[in-house]
Amino acid sequence: MYKIVNKQVLNPTVTKMDIEAPFVAAKAQPGQFIILRVDETGERIPLTVAGYDREAGTVSIIFQIVGATTEKLNHLNAGDCIHDFVGPLGVPTHVEGLKKVCVVGGGVGCAIALPIAQKLHELGCQVTSIIGFRSKDLLILEDEFRAVSDTLHVMTDDGSYGREGNVCVPLNEMFAAGETFDEVITIGPLIMMKFVVQATKPTGIPCMVSMNPIMIDGTGMCGGCRLTLHQDGKAVTKFACVDGPDFNGYEVDFDEAMSRGMMYQSFERHAHEETCNLFKKEVR
Amino acid sequence: MANMAPNKNPMPTQAPEVRAHNFDEVALGYSEETALDEAMRCLNCKNHPCVTGCPVNIHIPDFIAKIQEGDFEGAYQIIQQSSSLPAVCGRVCPQETQCESKCVRGIKGQPVGIGRLERFVADWHNAHATKLPDPVPANGHKVAVVGSGPSGLTCAGDLAKKGYEVTVFEALHTAGGVLVYGIPEFRLPKAIVQKEVDNLVAMGVHMETNMVIGKTLTIDELFEKGFEAVFVGSGAGLPNFMNIPGESLKGVYSANEFLTRSNLMKAYESDPVTPIMKGGKVAVVGGGNVAMDAARTALRLGAEKVYIVYRRSLEELPARKEEVEHAMEEGIDFQLLNNPVEILGYNNPDDRRDPKNGFVTGMRCIKMELGEPDEKGRRRPVEIPGSEFELEVDTVVMSIGTSPNPLIKSTTEGLDVNNRGGIIIEENGATTKKGVYAGGDAVTGAATVISAMGAGKVAAKAIDEYLSNK
Repeated sequence: MYKIVNKQVLNPTVTKMDIEAPFVAAKAQPGQFIILRVDETGERIPLTVAGYDREAGTVSIIFQIVGATTEKLNHLNAGDCIHDFVGPLGVPTHVEGLKKVCVVGGGVGCAIALPIAQKLHELGCQVTSIIGFRSKDLLILEDEFRAVSDTLHVMTDDGSYGREGNVCVPLNEMFAAGETFDEVITIGPLIMMKFVVQATKPTGIPCMVSMNPIMIDGTGMCGGCRLTLHQDGKAVTKFACVDGPDFNGYEVDFDEAMSRGMMYQSFERHAHEETCNLFKKEVR
Repeated sequence: MANMAPNKNPMPTQAPEVRAHNFDEVALGYSEETALDEAMRCLNCKNHPCVTGCPVNIHIPDFIAKIQEGDFEGAYQIIQQSSSLPAVCGRVCPQETQCESKCVRGIKGQPVGIGRLERFVADWHNAHATKLPDPVPANGHKVAVVGSGPSGLTCAGDLAKKGYEVTVFEALHTAGGVLVYGIPEFRLPKAIVQKEVDNLVAMGVHMETNMVIGKTLTIDELFEKGFEAVFVGSGAGLPNFMNIPGESLKGVYSANEFLTRSNLMKAYESDPVTPIMKGGKVAVVGGGNVAMDAARTALRLGAEKVYIVYRRSLEELPARKEEVEHAMEEGIDFQLLNNPVEILGYNNPDDRRDPKNGFVTGMRCIKMELGEPDEKGRRRPVEIPGSEFELEVDTVVMSIGTSPNPLIKSTTEGLDVNNRGGIIIEENGATTKKGVYAGGDAVTGAATVISAMGAGKVAAKAIDEYLSNK
């Protein structure tokens, strides 16, 4: 059992939790993920590490309430326990040797982008961050990004905070002005990452993306997390759990990944509604 | 007086039309009377060739003699000296190619039903045993076992019996490895695996779940933590695909994923938390035991039609005969001498948001014929030009083997692997790294439960010798 030592509501749909998991905390690196089960009959879901405190032995997760499992998780509080918590899994984000990087986060993906920005900042890298949200009430982690970024662009789709527009707006402006980076690292919804890759491509700057496909074991056994990379004209199958989750954005088949991500959409929607109804009944 | 009936007592089973719709165990097991009758078929011959056919060398004639006396617990104690998992082996061992293939009764008629008797004895013990095994006095040495599948559990059990303080590290949330995530409930009830695990824990073995060795801790860190030897039984790894078009469509699974969703995550239950595609028409590609398990699972999940698509003929099917027969009785359609060339998907060019887009609609196959024998003597399947046809299916399960998991290899310096990624070992299970032993699928690639258990046993003996002389 893994104790929740701290819970913080970041916005109405996004929650942060610090989980007591000393083995994971001792090893975790930015870009890696964990797999958890809320209770002993729960499904296994992957969540990317949003932070870690090696001394306290805690790992932070930030999750959006999108389905039955995240709904159940969000009903737990500090002092409660999560049944299973395993990690750190996946390959850490490559940050060594980078001098100037643009980190682009979208929505809850900013939670994963933050530890990478922090690590780069720690290593003395010049960090430009772009964080984007649908609207002001969904904004998260602005202060944290500001603390580690040399330049920060905050974007909202509806203009209710920061600048109006998506994350590609400032990115394109910078490229147009001749700005250059050692690497662009982007984490967020697949469609956003696809557009960031498209925007970056003409510059030839390497562009890393963090993939978050459906997973079960997360240790290289089931193959459910496979995605297709196009390398030198050849389609190559890779597994996000052991080969990733970071991949060269220019090689990833985003359309396929988006399609595969929706495989269980109707099941998930139904399960989420059922869970919500259960909690509503309890409240009554 | 020996029973000279030429045939084995048949195994009682659920009727095919009933069992095709439930996940309860297919084979029901011998009654005491049947077990006694079958035991009397053993001649207790002088050379007991059956023992040499057993990868863990169970004293087969001795335990059968105990059954003849009606001393079922005594029979269990004899099996238990050699095997840590008798209830499992009695169910999933390919006895027909091992112990039973050597039985002299098999020369004129059928061999003694050794596997069925082993299962009877183990089940009798589990139903009647009043207490768990006692902890063994500690000898002060600590050994780590990586993976709680058949090789790991066997190695842990053998070492615990000798007084070693054994800790088993399991990556998943439940101990048992392939016995839990891979082999379905109807062939190996999970309660039986749990019972075997409980027995080990009662003997003093520590089970640590949610520990991915190679990630959470490395092998070197296990030594730093005071373990003096490590056994790696991490199992087979990443599933293989055919590299044909359409394998990323929605509805294409690896057998590992399909079975894990059903077995480990209980997607077969009426209100599961983990989804699985069920119903419709299902094609399972491959001919091994795993393919049979996947096909029969699909049927039980409610498929209207299940195909096995295999590129060779019935004779070359690598699955156990019993499993193939059970599958056929249940109505699985064997499309033999066929090979998939493409998986077809739905695509509505006028509506990119059509929810059916990207789901499997069929599989294009080509007919095969058997040509010249290959280097292993198996006749090589050759495509028949122009024989392509389409099979209408909603789900495809690829069951064509696995490649070793890279996690341990990539984080353990000095641990050498062969060109297929399998860990290189000596005869006694020793790897190229001092104090590290390995066995099971992590060494051989996908193989059987009993061969993994045999490897766990060999390594346990070698670890004991290594630490005794240290």
